[in-house]
Amino acid sequence: MSVHHGRRKFLWEAAALAGVVLAPGITLYDLAQGRAPEAAAPGTVRWGLLVDMNRCATGCDACVTACDKENGLSGGKAVTDAQWIRKIDRRDARGLVRSLPMMCQHCAEPPCVDVCPTGASFKRADGIVLVDKHTCIGCRYCVMACPYGARSFVHEPVTNQKPDVPRGKGCVESCTLCVHRIDRDRIPACVEACATEGHNALLFGDLNDPRSEISQRIAAVTATQVRADLNLDTAVRYQGL
Amino acid sequence: MLSAASLPTARRFWAVFAIAALVVLAGLYAAHVMETRGHIVTGMNNRIVWGLPHVFAIFLIVAASGVLNVASVGSVFRQAAYKPHAPLSGLLCLALLAGGLAVLMLDLGRPERIIVAATHYNFTSVFAWNMFLYSGMAAIVAVYLWALMEPRRAAWSRPAGIAAFAWRIILTSGTGSIFAFLVARQAFGTAVLIPLFLAMSLGWGLAVFLVAQSALYRWNGLTLPVEIRRRMQNLLALFVVAVLFFVLIYHVTNGYFAKQSAFERFILRDGGIYPQLFWWGYVVAGSLVPLFLIWRPTSAAPRVGLAAPWLVIGGAFALLYVFIIGGQAYPQDLFPGFAISSSFADGVVQAYAPSAPEWALGVSGVGIAFLIALVGARVLDFLPDEESAAPQGAD
Amino acid sequence: MTDGSRDRCLRQIALFAIALFVAAATLAAPEAARAPTRVPLPAIEAATGERCVEDTAFMRRNHMELLLHQRDRTVHEGIRTIRHSLANCVTCHAGKKTGRVTGDGGFCASCHSYAGVALDCFECHADKPGAAVAEAKR
Repeated sequence: MSVHHGRRKFLWEAAALAGVVLAPGITLYDLAQGRAPEAAAPGTVRWGLLVDMNRCATGCDACVTACDKENGLSGGKAVTDAQWIRKIDRRDARGLVRSLPMMCQHCAEPPCVDVCPTGASFKRADGIVLVDKHTCIGCRYCVMACPYGARSFVHEPVTNQKPDVPRGKGCVESCTLCVHRIDRDRIPACVEACATEGHNALLFGDLNDPRSEISQRIAAVTATQVRADLNLDTAVRYQGL
Repeated sequence: MLSAASLPTARRFWAVFAIAALVVLAGLYAAHVMETRGHIVTGMNNRIVWGLPHVFAIFLIVAASGVLNVASVGSVFRQAAYKPHAPLSGLLCLALLAGGLAVLMLDLGRPERIIVAATHYNFTSVFAWNMFLYSGMAAIVAVYLWALMEPRRAAWSRPAGIAAFAWRIILTSGTGSIFAFLVARQAFGTAVLIPLFLAMSLGWGLAVFLVAQSALYRWNGLTLPVEIRRRMQNLLALFVVAVLFFVLIYHVTNGYFAKQSAFERFILRDGGIYPQLFWWGYVVAGSLVPLFLIWRPTSAAPRVGLAAPWLVIGGAFALLYVFIIGGQAYPQDLFPGFAISSSFADGVVQAYAPSAPEWALGVSGVGIAFLIALVGARVLDFLPDEESAAPQGAD
Repeated sequence: MTDGSRDRCLRQIALFAIALFVAAATLAAPEAARAPTRVPLPAIEAATGERCVEDTAFMRRNHMELLLHQRDRTVHEGIRTIRHSLANCVTCHAGKKTGRVTGDGGFCASCHSYAGVALDCFECHADKPGAAVAEAKR
């Protein structure tokens, strides 16, 4: 009985603490376009990433490791393993190699959303492209349609999922921009890891807010989209491409 | 119907039925293993997501729409010699459609969610449209068959035939647009795929019809007049040429664009199994040899065997394998002008080897079609009787 | 085939089917006699916490409705309420010994296996609390 009482007491205390901590935060965030988790994702926001290739280190995969850990991925590199983000080494004609992370580009005109027969692949109001795994039938048409090879199909039964990141056999998945963190006013795991590593090559923010750091940087530097010719208006932009 | 009931025929029917049923059961078991253990048991992976089952399924579905052409030539284009063959053509259409759709649905990552696919629709997706196109095709063909076989409704056969003809043009265009609408891979994303699929459906459908008709006639003691066979084979030759034409302009146009030429070199010269299958499997064995067999000048009475239709069918599988799997094997060009590499098979050709479950599932689609055609021809009047198998007077 | 041989054929098939059924029933009979209820009755373990987010009668009838509609609101609109969050349900209802809601004696699994209703939520969703509790600490 005392174990239950202790646990109950702890949970109430945690909730109270969270409330006290969040309350002023919610007010401040309202001003800065943040939101409470119970509210719907707003359509005024468009979340995006800016990748600074000048700072991305060849041979570093901190973002990949962080993504695997955050989302419960196996970390395996077999071609049947899910990879939501990967480092691409790009060699030019002179042999110079630059490195960049490639993940779901969260296009404004996503081909994967167009081809999904059940509407499981969809774009949320704040621009994040997601797979509703309750509706996904595993036809893999979206994997065929993605120009960036961002989608993975789960080939085996999955166990030990993270409670915030449900994933299972037979469905298709891809980078969610850590939507479970964004909805709780945190930043994606890859961005956090890159900063912890000291590279600071990833910047996350609201593309629709001209005062946000990401918008100001995109306005100042030349930030381009991968396969810009496809006119998909991606939310992930690359500086130094 | 049969003119004479004989025990050997009944025994042969049950023997053939049993073999086909075993083939189907093997495929169903393979689908069960894929569903419980996941697609890891197959040769498919995150780069090649549509494997051998899709090759079989697309062949069956494209042939299903084309096999109805024989009936259309009779009802829509009013060629009287083809009219007695229309019911069999309709039966084969339903059979092939059922086989192809079964393979597609069993290959899904979550086949138990078919009901979700039937209740949630995103109408920018060709797959969603296909749910209606395929079920509508089955309904229209059923009505068409009824009009053909019910003497009191004979007047409906022409309108039903026209409706079936129009519907299957839309359906095959839909099948082609599955690939035509994909911008992500260099093999796809071109409008010429739609008329290519239409031509393929005509050719492969007729080839399947010739093979199926010949087998069913032989087993049921009927003979098809040589003249009809020759006419159909000539038509097959025309369709083979049409497919060759569209394949040619597809590759020539692709090869003309500098950004596509590396892909063309892969498919046509450097890609290992893909050029082999394309040139030897499709072009030579699947197109040129059948054309030679059908068109060669013969001094004696023309011998029209089944070699040509069988070769066309083999060539069809080769072409689809190169198109679907070769198209996925070639890496996506994320940074034109650069060479890329990663942990996710970027920049490299992805290897693929079909596994036993995929073979079993794909072949079971053929088995399902075969069973439906076999039982249907046995139980109902799809085959013409002796008198109407021969043409009435001049065509 | 003639009517006579078709009737014979059908009769043979019918006899074969009946024989198959009798054989199967005979083989299954001893086991059925031994265990009157092959599926154990559900054992509902008391969960942690004072009470559930809704009362028991409501939950028994409507938990599926809650799950079906709330999940669309969460996935498509990003509405994440603690009250109707599956991870929150799992946190309280996870078995004390197993730490999960599935498996032998699991809260969800025991009723579902008794009622014969397929439960595929946990093919994707975590069936044990983990980072959710750690999140609450942060």
